[in-house]
Amino acid sequence: MPSNKTDAIDVRNAVKRYGDFTALKRISLTIKDNEFFTLLGPSGCGKTTLLRMIAGFEDVTEGEILLYGDEIEKLPPHQRPVNTVFQNYALFPHMTILDNVAFGLEMRGKSKADARKRAGEMLELVQLSQFAARKPSQLSGGQQQRVALARALAPQPKVLLLDEPLSALDLKLRKAMQLELKHLQRETGITFIFVTHDQEEALTMSDRIAVMSAGEMQQLGTPTEIYEQPRNMFVADFIGETNLLEVSVDQVMNGRATCHLGGGHALTCNSVDGIGEGAKVHMSVRPERLFMSDAPVEAESLKGRVAENIFVGTDISTLVDLAEGPQFIVRTSNSDRGNKRIFEPGSEIFVNMELGAGRLLMD
Amino acid sequence: MAAGAASGGSARADTYKDARGWLLLPSWAVLGIFVLGPVCMMLIYSFLTKEFRGGVIWEPSLAAYDQFFFDRGLFGDEPPKLEWTYITIFWRSIWQAGAATLLSLLIGFPTAYFIATRPENVRPVWVFLITIPYWVNLLIRTVSMKFLLRDQGPLNDFLIGTGLIDSPIHIVNTNFAVQLGLFYSYLPFMVLPVYAAVERYNFSLSEAAADLYASKWTTLRRIVLPAVKPGVVAGCILVFVPSMGSFLAPDLLGGAKNFMIGSLIEEQFKGNAGNWPFGAAASMILLTMVLIILMFSARQQAKTDKAGG
Repeated sequence: MPSNKTDAIDVRNAVKRYGDFTALKRISLTIKDNEFFTLLGPSGCGKTTLLRMIAGFEDVTEGEILLYGDEIEKLPPHQRPVNTVFQNYALFPHMTILDNVAFGLEMRGKSKADARKRAGEMLELVQLSQFAARKPSQLSGGQQQRVALARALAPQPKVLLLDEPLSALDLKLRKAMQLELKHLQRETGITFIFVTHDQEEALTMSDRIAVMSAGEMQQLGTPTEIYEQPRNMFVADFIGETNLLEVSVDQVMNGRATCHLGGGHALTCNSVDGIGEGAKVHMSVRPERLFMSDAPVEAESLKGRVAENIFVGTDISTLVDLAEGPQFIVRTSNSDRGNKRIFEPGSEIFVNMELGAGRLLMD
Repeated sequence: MAAGAASGGSARADTYKDARGWLLLPSWAVLGIFVLGPVCMMLIYSFLTKEFRGGVIWEPSLAAYDQFFFDRGLFGDEPPKLEWTYITIFWRSIWQAGAATLLSLLIGFPTAYFIATRPENVRPVWVFLITIPYWVNLLIRTVSMKFLLRDQGPLNDFLIGTGLIDSPIHIVNTNFAVQLGLFYSYLPFMVLPVYAAVERYNFSLSEAAADLYASKWTTLRRIVLPAVKPGVVAGCILVFVPSMGSFLAPDLLGGAKNFMIGSLIEEQFKGNAGNWPFGAAASMILLTMVLIILMFSARQQAKTDKAGG
């Protein structure tokens, strides 16, 4: 493969082993210039390991990592033009906020005065100028987070690595910081690689997402692709809420599949490559693409009984025990209450899928 | 009713406070009897008149301090000149203790750092290994050291055997031998507090520094050292203070030329030939010096902390 100078990061067949344990099983991915890229997965999936390999804190057992066309996997961390925002911020406790932000600039050979001037500008960018003379311990978690961000951005890295930087913040602050990060990324034009286990955060912020599990990449795509066209069981289950049905495939044609449930009930849904006739697979359907009625209205109607209604603010989640399957979640948005009905627990109803809502999954 | 309940509660709190005061009594008693008592005795003795066969005569006198600082000639009838003998001994003690402290810092810091960066389950083993030699009596260790270092000892034999040197290096009876002895005597007092500090150190700070383009050396200097400084200061004090008053290492390894204040004091009390008030005065001067040095270092520490914040 020729090296591409315009791709920010090119990970080629990267493997990481700790003794007998393989943390990363041959990962290859390309991160484009000026992209907000997210590594998403549950803890222990290898996402942080991959990030630390790019930063230089872990060596690469096999494979290469290229930064704008240059091989960097053998360089020590202090020679890589990438900076990291650490999960616990790792601010230097004995230095002032200003000196923390100026540190990287000074290390890159800027004079103390220049470094401090630029650090001051960075603090302005994250709206912390008035705290310049304080110590990290005198700041709140959210403020420390912004200092860590300013410190990592100050030396103008080619790529900024963010290791679950928002996980220690409370929900409200986290939402605000998500937006701020997104804005900062657009303003600075620096490529961001963001690690998180929070799928909602990943969907909100990213240009593209790599979903990882057990040291392997499960799917790579835009948030919409990942959410609407999950490739396998893991992705469908991990991203958002979903309902799964075991089905047998009867016929596949033009991306559509006809299949039936254990009891013989026939269904039509979207298929994915690699699933053929006769396969026993899972079909996934998102709860918000289901609606209830007292009589069947579509071909894909399933009989069931309402078990419980759960009010979750913007929506109502209804748990329905299917006659021919497991329990389904049906989500009705409160704004849809005019045209969609809510049934009392115990009601015998039909759960209907919107056209094209069902989707077959690889295991 | 409400008022009654409230006063009842506060009375209980008072009782609790009182009980806590009484519980501290044993500690205060121990401190009073074993710390304050001896110091007061020393202070009083230093202002008494000496008895020629050891001991004191209960007559107030400044003779001890006068002898320490002033030279009035052989018969005590000349005009007083500044006495350099004891000041020189003092100065040598400070210098030797300082050198020993520096030596234990240079060896102790990397050792402590090494131990603190081992896997958690083997750290206690390393700490235990460091302390093993100290189960042996200090006198025996110091004498053994003399045997190791002497002209015909194993160290010189080894160096000659490897062809590095032709004739033995004279180490025993030099300043350096004393420094080595002191360093060896008090090394764990450096290693343990530094180890404790490095163990508490958050190593992600080192990663952050490396991430921000700092080399290993710069990271050590700018990030690690400031973070573990309290441990280093504690280690330095714990080595410096006992080194100042030590007499075993100077006596056994330094010979007569390298006399230190500890030996001077020891001589005043040993056997019948001594001079108790003079020994007490020298002790008081040593104590004062050490206190001044400690206060100075504490003030420096406070100053740098303040300057940083």
